[in-house]
Amino acid sequence: MSIQLSQPGAPGPLPGGGPAQSGAPARHGDVPRARTSALSGFLYRSPRARLAGLLTAPAGWLVLVYIAALAALLITALWSVDSFTGKVSQAWTLDNIKQAVLDPVYQGIALRTVWIAVLVTVIDAVVAIPLAFFIAKVATARWQRLLLAAVLMPLWASYLVKAYAWRNVLAEGGLLEWLGAPLGLNSPGYSETAVVLTLAYIWLPYMILPIHAGFEKVPDNLLEASGDLGAKPWATLRLVVMPLLVPSVIAGTIFTFSLTLGDYITAQIVGGKTQMLGTVVYSNVGAANNLPFASAISLIPIVIIMIYLLVVRRTGALDEL
Amino acid sequence: MSETAQSPTAAPITAPAEVPAIRLRKLVKTFGDVNAVDGVDLDIRQGEFFSMLGPSGSGKTTVLRMIAGFELPSSGTIELDGADVSTKAPFERDVNTVFQDYALFPHMSLIDNVAYGLRVRGMGKNERRERAAQALERVQLGKFVARRPAQLSGGQRQRVALARALVVEPKVLLLDEPLGALDLKLRQQMQIELKELQRSLGITFIFVTHDQEEALTMSDRIGVFSNGRIAQTGSAHEIYRSPQTAFVANFVGTSNILTAGIGGTASGPGASFVVRPERLHLNWEATAHDAGHLTPGARVLAGRVTSAVYVGHATQVHVELDAGPTVIALVHGDVPDTDALKGHRVTVAWAEHDAVWLPDAA
Repeated sequence: MSIQLSQPGAPGPLPGGGPAQSGAPARHGDVPRARTSALSGFLYRSPRARLAGLLTAPAGWLVLVYIAALAALLITALWSVDSFTGKVSQAWTLDNIKQAVLDPVYQGIALRTVWIAVLVTVIDAVVAIPLAFFIAKVATARWQRLLLAAVLMPLWASYLVKAYAWRNVLAEGGLLEWLGAPLGLNSPGYSETAVVLTLAYIWLPYMILPIHAGFEKVPDNLLEASGDLGAKPWATLRLVVMPLLVPSVIAGTIFTFSLTLGDYITAQIVGGKTQMLGTVVYSNVGAANNLPFASAISLIPIVIIMIYLLVVRRTGALDEL
Repeated sequence: MSETAQSPTAAPITAPAEVPAIRLRKLVKTFGDVNAVDGVDLDIRQGEFFSMLGPSGSGKTTVLRMIAGFELPSSGTIELDGADVSTKAPFERDVNTVFQDYALFPHMSLIDNVAYGLRVRGMGKNERRERAAQALERVQLGKFVARRPAQLSGGQRQRVALARALVVEPKVLLLDEPLGALDLKLRQQMQIELKELQRSLGITFIFVTHDQEEALTMSDRIGVFSNGRIAQTGSAHEIYRSPQTAFVANFVGTSNILTAGIGGTASGPGASFVVRPERLHLNWEATAHDAGHLTPGARVLAGRVTSAVYVGHATQVHVELDAGPTVIALVHGDVPDTDALKGHRVTVAWAEHDAVWLPDAA
């Protein structure tokens, strides 16, 4: 059989004697030759030089500014402040760290901060997953662009502006009270609830974006295959979509959780008397002028995040990031 | 030759008692202002290996996706075993699909992939795993039950997709260019395996492909798609031997389409006719006069060789006829030096019964 000889639009006169007669060979000089460069050539031949050129600056930055700053923080936490002169004494002591960890007041603040961070993370995940699903899989291309822009837009506004906007919303006689009144609901006022609401709003884009990217990576035909094999939408969501989405959700929770752990501004603006770890650090750096104790407190969220990352790593969720 | 599939009012093809596995009536799918599928009527018999053949954009995949339920028809109906499923969701249809890129779940082992359909149907863990293992055994992947899809080659993934679709025992299996990503040898091997599997299971297979050779070798019947419509349905023989339109003649195999009465030949029942390259006899030395030794019904035309392409088992010779068009003749056996042939005067001849007249004025 000769069927693989298929020639679309076959018969009919062949142009100018068929493919055997190609045009005249191209003359040299018509196309400019690529220019040579000694430096590019050298870099092409030596991968080490290439790597050094690429990484020296960022690695230097990382070591100096990032790791050195963290080390300084740790060291400062081991110093103390002379309560009489207010000067930092560089004698080694574990007192700050002991107080930060063992004092029931600070234990309470640490627990409350973690609780707020967990609430913010859960609220953001619950809001972000359906929203990201809609943007990535349901909306038309045009709507996708519009909605993504809408998600990103709050990031262009100042953090402070957003926090103060919520202060107005939550105020007595503010928008929330006005909306809630017919339903018999009160505004939470300036409280822990207000902190949770505001932070959930402010960090929401950081949850939506990774989950949206995660949904984009789930091919449509996996959803089709699931339905084709007899799964109803809920089963598809549970058995196919969510397992594939876990790394993205975890990426999102790392953002919202760690950003909330370190926050102090929102707590001050809408929190009323709510104390978070960040506010303790803030007041110790400022009013109390106790930098070593502030450092000791600020180690708490660092340790919590490290534990969280370790737990997450244990589950294998980071392998697929 | 004329298939009922092309006339919506016709009775079922086979005995009236048998309901077709799939029946499409006036099926239309519109995307924006494009009619991707433009009025398809088709009956696919029970237990048949049916291929939808056509170039990309001809609507064959859209028809398949509508049968599976991934797209809803803009108008028209789809019947499965006599029941109208036009607006049913994919999970409500007793039809399964082998996807072009397999669509295996990357986070599940092979056995979980294959057991998935049984799992969502509520089958117990032990039983579904047992059946899935059997299904994997059947496609020679019994050793790999614990692997992930990413650890398999393309051909192995293909088999997993097949096992996954077959383990739920569908009435109809849809295959969307499933061999497209495989290399030639593997593809030929899978063609044979698929055909054997279909015979042994007795399930209706609907196979979408743009590869005419694949369609010709595997199918009981073929539907040739063009511009959202079916140009012709028939067995491989019917499609290849008696194409009904110029499109089918050109798309399925190579064809020389000549107008009636060319070079003084007698005119026939249509405006043009088709001669397959392997039916053209080439005479290297002859002129039009001494072709008398050919059978009385032979037609002979003189021309000049414009090129010759060696294709391994034969040589494809392009001949520009004195009467105008260029034809392609396939010459088996040894051909003198292909370069020297260019410009050579030859005659081409064909037997009257090898000319297939096209009903339409193509």
